[in-house]
Amino acid sequence: MIDRSAKLAAKGVVIEYWLERSHALFTAVQGVDLTVRPGEFLAIVGPSGCGKTTFLNAVDGLLPISSGSLTLDGRDITKPGADRAMVFQQPGLLPWRTVLGNVIFGVEAQRTMSKRDAVARAKDQIELVGLTGFEDAFPLELSGGMQQRVNLARALLTDPEMLLLDEPFAALDAQTREMMQLELLKIWSKTRKTALFITHDIKEAIYLADRVIVFTRRPGRVKRVVEITLSRPRDLRVKRDPQFLAYEDEIWESIQEELAVPAERLVAGMPAA
Amino acid sequence: MTIKEADRVLPVTASEADPTRERRSVVRPSRLRRYEPIVIGTLSVVIALTAWQLVANARIMPVLFLPGPWDVAQAFVNLFQSDEIWIDMATSGTEMAIGYGMAIVLGLVLGLGMGWYTRFQYALDPFVNFFYSTPRIVLIPLFIIWFGIDMPSKIAVIFLGALFPIIINTMAGVRNTEAALLRVARSFGASDALIFRRVVLPGSVPFILTGLRLGIGHALTGVVVAELIAARHGIGQLIAIAGQTFQTPKMLAGVIIIAGTGMLLTTILQRIENRFQNWRPQIRR
Repeated sequence: MIDRSAKLAAKGVVIEYWLERSHALFTAVQGVDLTVRPGEFLAIVGPSGCGKTTFLNAVDGLLPISSGSLTLDGRDITKPGADRAMVFQQPGLLPWRTVLGNVIFGVEAQRTMSKRDAVARAKDQIELVGLTGFEDAFPLELSGGMQQRVNLARALLTDPEMLLLDEPFAALDAQTREMMQLELLKIWSKTRKTALFITHDIKEAIYLADRVIVFTRRPGRVKRVVEITLSRPRDLRVKRDPQFLAYEDEIWESIQEELAVPAERLVAGMPAA
Repeated sequence: MTIKEADRVLPVTASEADPTRERRSVVRPSRLRRYEPIVIGTLSVVIALTAWQLVANARIMPVLFLPGPWDVAQAFVNLFQSDEIWIDMATSGTEMAIGYGMAIVLGLVLGLGMGWYTRFQYALDPFVNFFYSTPRIVLIPLFIIWFGIDMPSKIAVIFLGALFPIIINTMAGVRNTEAALLRVARSFGASDALIFRRVVLPGSVPFILTGLRLGIGHALTGVVVAELIAARHGIGQLIAIAGQTFQTPKMLAGVIIIAGTGMLLTTILQRIENRFQNWRPQIRR
C-alpha cells in the first residue's frame, strides 16, 4: 500500500515517549497519515503543543516512532540521514566558528564531501542565502535573521532530498520574518527541494506552501488538508488576496475548534516546557 | 544571546559595513583611554608603595617587624647574588612543573571522561568530592612518610592540589555543551567522535582554562606549604628559614617570587584564553 508517488509517506504514525519527571507515557502524535509529494512544499500548522515538532523530529530520524510507518522514497526512517536536512528554530551555530565554518558543519558531520569541496560549494550557498561578504563573521556578530540564513545554508549545502524546517522564523521580529519568507520562497523556487515546514503562523503556512495540513490538539493527528492554489511566484502582496484570506479563515476556524476543547484537558497532559 | 534583529535592515547586502570590523563605540577611543587601565593600575601601586615606605620610614616599628619596600628590594637583590636561590628556584620550579604538568594531563583525561561518560562520573564522583572538599595539605604528613622530605612528597601535594579544580571544571565544560548544538550535530548524523572533537571539546575550552587557572593557585599553595613543613631546598623553605631567623625582608622577597610566579602563569593562561575567545564580539566601554 506504499504510495510510490510520495516522497515522504506517514501511515498511522504514533510517537510516544516516557516523561521522566511525571513518570508517565506521553503520546505526542496519535496516528498521523500524510504524504509529501516530490518537489512539494508542505506546511503543518496546529495549536501549540500539538506534536508537530515531534513529528518533524521523527521524520528527521531524531526520535523513534512507536507504531505505524514513516518512509522516505519507500525506505523506513530510523535515523538521521544525508537525504534529509533540518533547519532548526534556534540557529544552533557553533559560536567559535565563522559563517563559512558553520555552513560546512553539516556536510562535515555527514562526511559526504571533502573539506575543499565543501568550502568551494559553501560559497554558492552563502551567496544563495544573501550572506556574501560575511563568510568570516562569527555568529554572535550576526543578527537573528542572518543567523537563520546560516542555518538554512548549512542545510542546503548537504543537498538533501528533503528539507525539514522547524518554525525557522518564529524567533524573528515581524518584518524580518516576512523578508525571510520571501527569501525562502526564492531559494526554494531555485532548488525545488521537497520541503516540510512546521509553523504556528497560519499566514506563513499559506504564503509558503502548496498544501497546508492542520493538526489536532495533542495527541496530534491530521485534521484537515488545505490545497493552496495561489499562483507562484508569490510576493508579499498575495497576503492581501481575497483567496488568501479565505484560506486563512478556513484554517483558523479549524484550529479554533481544537482550542475550544475544555481547557483542563489541554493543560492536564501538556508536557513540562 | 542573539543580537536584536531590529539593529539591521534586511535583506543583507555585501555593501553594508563588515560586522567583523564593527566596534560599538560612540566616539573613537583616545590613545589615553587605551592605556587607562595600565596608567591607573601603575599609579595605585606606586601610591601604595609610597605609603608603605613612609610608614616604614617613620620607624615606629623595627625593620624586623615592618620592613619598607626598599628593604625588601635590597633583600631581593642580595638574594639573587647568592647561589642557593638558584637551587631553591630550580627545586620549587621542578616540583611545580612536574606536579602541575601531571595534574593537567590526568585532570583533562578524567574531566573529559567523567563529563562524557555519565557512569564513569558516577564511579569517580565520591573520590573527587572527598578530595575536593578536603584541604589536600592535610595529606602532607602522609606524603612525607611515603615519599620522604625531598621532591616527590612536594610533587604529590602539588599534583593533588591542582588536579581536582581541573577535573571539576573540565567536566562542567563537557556537561555544559548546549543541547541545541548537540541536536544539530545528531541531526546531521555526526558520529560521537566528531561531536566530541568538533562540538564538545571546543565548547569546553573556557571551562578548562578556568580549571587550569584555579589549579595554579592550588599548586603554588602546595609548593609553599609542603616546603614550609619539611624540605631541604625550595622557595617555601627559604621563606620558612628567613622567617624563623627574623630576616623579614628576605622572607618577603621569597613571597614576591611566589606571587610573581602565580601572576606570570595566570597572565599566560589569560592570553591563551583570549586567543580562544576571539569569536566573542568585542565590547568597548
